[in-house]
Amino acid sequence: MHISEGVLSPAVLAGGAVLTVVGTAIGLRKIDYEAIPRVAILSAAFFVASLIHVPVGPVGLHLVLNGLMGLLLGWMAVPAILIALFLQALLFQFGGLTVLGVNTVTMAAPAVLCFYTYRGLLRHPGTPAAIGAFACGFTAVLLSGLLVALALITTGQAFLEVAQLVLLAHIPIMIIEGIITLFIYLFLQKVRPEMLEGIYA
Amino acid sequence: MHRLDPRGKIGVAGLFAVLIATAQTYTTILAGLALSLVFLALAGLPLRKVVARLLVVNSFIFFLWLVLPLTYPGDVVWELGPLSATRQGLLFTGLITLKSNAIIIILIALVATVPVITLGQALQNLRLPDKLCHLLLFTYRYLYVFEEEYRRLVQAMKIRGFQPRTNLHTYRSYAYLAAMLLVRSYDRADRVFQAMLCRGFHGRFYSLRTFYWQRRDGTFLAAALLAGAVLFCLEWLKPSLG
Repeated sequence: MHISEGVLSPAVLAGGAVLTVVGTAIGLRKIDYEAIPRVAILSAAFFVASLIHVPVGPVGLHLVLNGLMGLLLGWMAVPAILIALFLQALLFQFGGLTVLGVNTVTMAAPAVLCFYTYRGLLRHPGTPAAIGAFACGFTAVLLSGLLVALALITTGQAFLEVAQLVLLAHIPIMIIEGIITLFIYLFLQKVRPEMLEGIYA
Repeated sequence: MHRLDPRGKIGVAGLFAVLIATAQTYTTILAGLALSLVFLALAGLPLRKVVARLLVVNSFIFFLWLVLPLTYPGDVVWELGPLSATRQGLLFTGLITLKSNAIIIILIALVATVPVITLGQALQNLRLPDKLCHLLLFTYRYLYVFEEEYRRLVQAMKIRGFQPRTNLHTYRSYAYLAAMLLVRSYDRADRVFQAMLCRGFHGRFYSLRTFYWQRRDGTFLAAALLAGAVLFCLEWLKPSLG
């Protein structure tokens, strides 16, 4: 979920911006020129994923796929997510310039974390990998929700209830993301295993 | 407006976005909003489209309106059964709404009017890391490829009678859709890169376009800085108002 402009306090905005700059610097160092088209593809995929609406009961939820981004890119997910969010701010005005840092952190930090947490599990084909893929999608959205809530609460206690509601709204998304990430992983493993080589590196 | 140097416009947009985001008083934010409307008028964009865009973007703000006035501690001004809205809560939510829209309007007027390709070059010119700018340009290029491919795949699914429901089959189909999209685009990215290598790519884009800093850019920047200073004074000299 994107946080809009003008909601968060300057301190939170600055903190998000600093973390994003550091993460992007680390991510960019890992990208060589040969990898740029590949990272751009996933960046664009992350952007387009937000256009895919999946029905859950009466409402449509859009995909996030930040777990998948982490799984395929590791640290490189940070610049990729930054670019996708920048373009979303530019073309649709979702999110914004001053919240770009915070929004990048809430999406990219879980991606990187999931990559390192579940990499071991994903290396074992079969059931462990399947569990790892589901957990990757699930945890990434869970952590994103927690980070959004954290950003809101550190801005002011007034946002406590809003933060709780935001977290609540993330619960169905977690489950859907887990399932979708699992199936995408299984598909890629079957059809194009070389795309998953980052896990084994 | 559209002939101004994009580097200047990016700088000015960034300056005002930060100024308004950090402001806490109604005076400053209303001044910022007025300023953003001036930029919008100068940009000469179709008003109806801008308003429609703003309505969509404000969904998070609408959500805040539903919750914040009811939960913010303060004097109760309005009650309905167990719900009660506070004056402070309403004021606070109003402040956020104005702030958010002022920044978004500035973004629309100053940055969203620059073509993304030009923007990428301008950012590179402003000393952002080369790789990041390349990533931006490539991503933007692929967005449309991806979208087209996505529509094609969705059409293919529809022809085969796919109806989205809340079940595992639907989720699996959507996952395969996303995965297929990735696989096809991955292949495409490979081919594009090979084609670029064939044409002698070695990590640099050459552009026929060069940026010229002209007198009108200087005037624009000076006026913007002056307005920025006014906003700054409004905020810091009268913190008690609001």
